[in-house]
Amino acid sequence: MNDEDFQPIDPGELAGIDPTGGLDDLLIFGSPETRRHFLKQVAGTSAALTLGPFVGLAAAEVAEVAGTPGAVSTPTASVQLKINGQAHSLAIDPRTTLLDALREHLQMTGSKKGCDHGQCGACTVLVNGRRINSCLSLAIVHEGDEITTIEGLAKGDELHPVQAAFLEHDGFQCGYCTPGQICSAVACIAEGHTKSDAEIREWMSGNLCRCGAYPNIVAAVKEAQSKTPAKTS
Amino acid sequence: MNPFTYSRANDAAGAVTAIAAKPKTKFLGGGTNLIDLMKMGVETPAQLVDITRVPLAQVEELPDGKGVRIGALARNSDVAEHPLIQQRYPLLSQALLAGASPQLRNMATVGGNLMQRTRCYYFYDPAFPQCNKRNPGSGCGALKGYNRIHAILGQSDQCIATNPSDMNVALAALEAVVRVQGPKGEREIPIADFHRLPGSAPNVDTNLKEDELITAVDLPAAPFATRSHYLKMRDRASYAFAIVSVAAAIEIDAGKKITAVRIALGGVAHKPWRAQKAEQQLLGKTADEKTFRAAAEAELAAAKGYAHNSFKIELAKRSIVRALTTVAGMTS
Repeated sequence: MNDEDFQPIDPGELAGIDPTGGLDDLLIFGSPETRRHFLKQVAGTSAALTLGPFVGLAAAEVAEVAGTPGAVSTPTASVQLKINGQAHSLAIDPRTTLLDALREHLQMTGSKKGCDHGQCGACTVLVNGRRINSCLSLAIVHEGDEITTIEGLAKGDELHPVQAAFLEHDGFQCGYCTPGQICSAVACIAEGHTKSDAEIREWMSGNLCRCGAYPNIVAAVKEAQSKTPAKTS
Repeated sequence: MNPFTYSRANDAAGAVTAIAAKPKTKFLGGGTNLIDLMKMGVETPAQLVDITRVPLAQVEELPDGKGVRIGALARNSDVAEHPLIQQRYPLLSQALLAGASPQLRNMATVGGNLMQRTRCYYFYDPAFPQCNKRNPGSGCGALKGYNRIHAILGQSDQCIATNPSDMNVALAALEAVVRVQGPKGEREIPIADFHRLPGSAPNVDTNLKEDELITAVDLPAAPFATRSHYLKMRDRASYAFAIVSVAAAIEIDAGKKITAVRIALGGVAHKPWRAQKAEQQLLGKTADEKTFRAAAEAELAAAKGYAHNSFKIELAKRSIVRALTTVAGMTS
């Protein structure tokens, strides 16, 4: 082994790690270059083999910022979110994305973390009826907004027409992208962007499916559209 | 992501006061680029000022037929679908709809799109030690690295990054004016002067000052509504950045003579590239493919390719010819 490959870990670098979900960004979902660089450093120290020190250091950094004179908000911010018609009060780090607030703080794990960089659409939710990537939006920004997730589409045991159509047409294989696909499709139909297969493909292009279920997704959106009157405006 | 303090501004004056109060403060609009860059560790602001509630999202007609004003916080999707834009500036609508995905367009603002940073791999990932844009003086990783998406016009030996925006290319062709507000008041920046070429300071993308807020984009009354087109060449049919793009608009008289023309290129330079050499060649000439090709050759004469992007030079020429052929064939 070459010693140069193993740099001791720099506490300054650890301090920058986000305790709210950034860890899996770096360890699992980050770019290959970021991951390689990070793992190379982690491998150099046995102290880094548990996650405890990361969180501890990050918390210290947060406290320091809290003491900054004139800070407008504290690192733990209270946020009121209205999700699927229900109000939730959260105490969160301002860095928390809407996706992480849903998954890590509210245990609403229907919305999925795919790329975490706005490139795959697995995290798609509706905010005030419009589809967005919840991974690129801070939760704290959404106070007062009406947020709808995949968990809020069905009425009890009665599936939303788009959910039923995805089942009917096998609009998935592994299912990981499906909640995002369905939320996106609900908005796509409401926007009236379903006049042809080509239009559906273009307006659903923000949702990737690595199983390649695209023909069935298009079929599902078409059928759901025929059962859901488009917005007239 | 580094820790930051968060505050909200309710109006433009409040936003400008907040950004002037402390160093390392950034405005947060749609967040589609800034939050991503913060996750990557490229942007590390100490303060974020949320401007999404500042009332600057209107699209409205300017008095006396002077054109249309788009509020800086208007979402890309709302601008693209606005009747005033669709009817008078279809080029802008097409360019906006060619960019990103429906989700991102619902989030992204016009001001944020203007401030979008490059997608150069060496800039976007701090694991690469060399990037003069991210870390001035460190060198350019792309010059001798993998440079397929990089610039062929207006680059320097310090930086060969490109501006990734589609909207900016249409704004360049439409000669938009960016309105900004700072501590000393408001000023206007013509789009041609808004973005910079890299020169010896590639870390500075634009001529917007750090304490200034973009408040609106004005579109002058343009005669090109019926004959304009945005052509985007990319690696997949949708949801990909431009390898090369062309915003073209033309006016032709009864004798097929070109009386007015605007051409801007995307994906080829550090800023949206107004093709003035091509425009000068075309004025007064007959609108046909031979003329278009000659104009494209003139514009790309100074182009320089690198190990992986030389194909862009011919692609840009052909894209110009195709875009002009398309607009010339339109009925006015």
